[in-house]
Amino acid sequence: MNLDALTSTTGEWLRGTGPESDIVISTRIRLARNLASFPFTHRATPQQRAEIESLLRDRITRLDLPHPLRYVSVAALAPLDRQLLVERQLISRELANGEGPRGVAFDDREAVSIMVNEEDQLRLQVMRSGLALEQAWHEIDHLDDLLEAKVCYAWHEQYGYLTACPTNVGTGLRASVMLHLPAIGLTRQFEKVLRSLQKINLVVRGLYGEGSRASGDFFQVSNQITLGRSETTVLSELQGVVSKILSYERNARAALMAEKRMELQDRVSRALGALQHATMMTSDETMELLSSVRLGINLGLLDDISMDAVNELFVQTQPSHLQKLVGGPLDGEERNAARARYLRTRLRHTA
Amino acid sequence: MQCQFCTQPATVHLTTIRDGQKVVQHLCEACARQHHLVEHSQAELNIKAAVHFMLMHQLGPEAEELARLRCPECGIKYMEFRVDGRLGCPRDYEALRLGLEPVLKRVHRATRHVGKRPPHHLDNRRRFNDLYELHRRLCQAVENEQYELAACLRDMIRARESGG
Repeated sequence: MNLDALTSTTGEWLRGTGPESDIVISTRIRLARNLASFPFTHRATPQQRAEIESLLRDRITRLDLPHPLRYVSVAALAPLDRQLLVERQLISRELANGEGPRGVAFDDREAVSIMVNEEDQLRLQVMRSGLALEQAWHEIDHLDDLLEAKVCYAWHEQYGYLTACPTNVGTGLRASVMLHLPAIGLTRQFEKVLRSLQKINLVVRGLYGEGSRASGDFFQVSNQITLGRSETTVLSELQGVVSKILSYERNARAALMAEKRMELQDRVSRALGALQHATMMTSDETMELLSSVRLGINLGLLDDISMDAVNELFVQTQPSHLQKLVGGPLDGEERNAARARYLRTRLRHTA
Repeated sequence: MQCQFCTQPATVHLTTIRDGQKVVQHLCEACARQHHLVEHSQAELNIKAAVHFMLMHQLGPEAEELARLRCPECGIKYMEFRVDGRLGCPRDYEALRLGLEPVLKRVHRATRHVGKRPPHHLDNRRRFNDLYELHRRLCQAVENEQYELAACLRDMIRARESGG
């Protein structure tokens, strides 16, 4: 399976076109599901895992969807290709680094992905650009129904959808909203936001999910509780909190523009300058500088560069994308030089 | 500092947080070995055994009963689940219920699902029950190298799947 064609494009969720997309990068909902008559993935024998994979692969590829899914066996991919799928958020790090028969099905928009033999046998995911919890829920709910007509899920009258880890049992639903909060970061109000989140059982993570650092002012807010609260309750709670965070961020942006416009303009211009001219660039520094440029575009301080171009650079400057674009493996220093070169080329024509 | 099980000097110290309180346990090397906390061949801490030891302490009076819980289907023991955090099969939710409910209460503050139900569940149970049984027998046949039986089972599965 050749995934090289993916590197020059991005998923639809990165286009920056959805509601509230000046702050909300994307919305993601995932559902954890398992088959009724097999052990959970980590306890299944290699033979059972192969059976599960072939059964699910067959059912998934036969789903009648407007955007057909193609199935990729992750076990058969080279490590660089697995990492590429992680950077595109089509698979989790756990699936990439796992063992045995496992795979992922996704559509050409990269809006839907279904992981097979992750911690749970099925992890359905829908990604949308901007804040679109309701649409994402409708799409994944429908996908779940189509699949459930073809396989028998592990289900319990009291506990709901059964999962390998009891932290996911019940709805099996995790909804995440990825936010870009540079002004909250600059005005040091993040503590306040975090405190309000902890009160209602939501969790904040970095750009690449569990265990990842929040860099470049990107944060994911998601629900933790999956048992005892319906999907619609969880989604409306999350929607409420995100709306509150949006207003914090907008107020902070307005305050910065009113009180520190020159300073902000300087910060944004310097960030763009560094991206256009530096000869070495680490991944973290790239994230921070692109974050400032993104804020500059949103505040009208930069007008010669488009939002989807910046969004694209966040993904394309990640290690595997970069190595694919350059066409070979790169060690740390070479990678930083290649990243700077790539950024210079991409941003050359920006004033 | 003395070992809490004998009078030897303690060299293994385990710290747990229980109900927000720090609990420290001190053992000498011999007692730590007796509880399998250190392997005989090496002086390194056996992490799984240490977690098990602390869990037994944390679970209090019900520990013995919980330690006996085991799923008849996949064979996972309650203590294995508590060390690893993952269950072995869907049946565990029944088999380990006694020990699982307090975990669910702590994590979700609830023990009953509210929300979506699988719309085809009853139909599926009827349609797929014997199909899964065939899958299970197929796996067993392959493991036992009974290839003729496996081929026969596979044909039966294919026939049924194409009919469903």
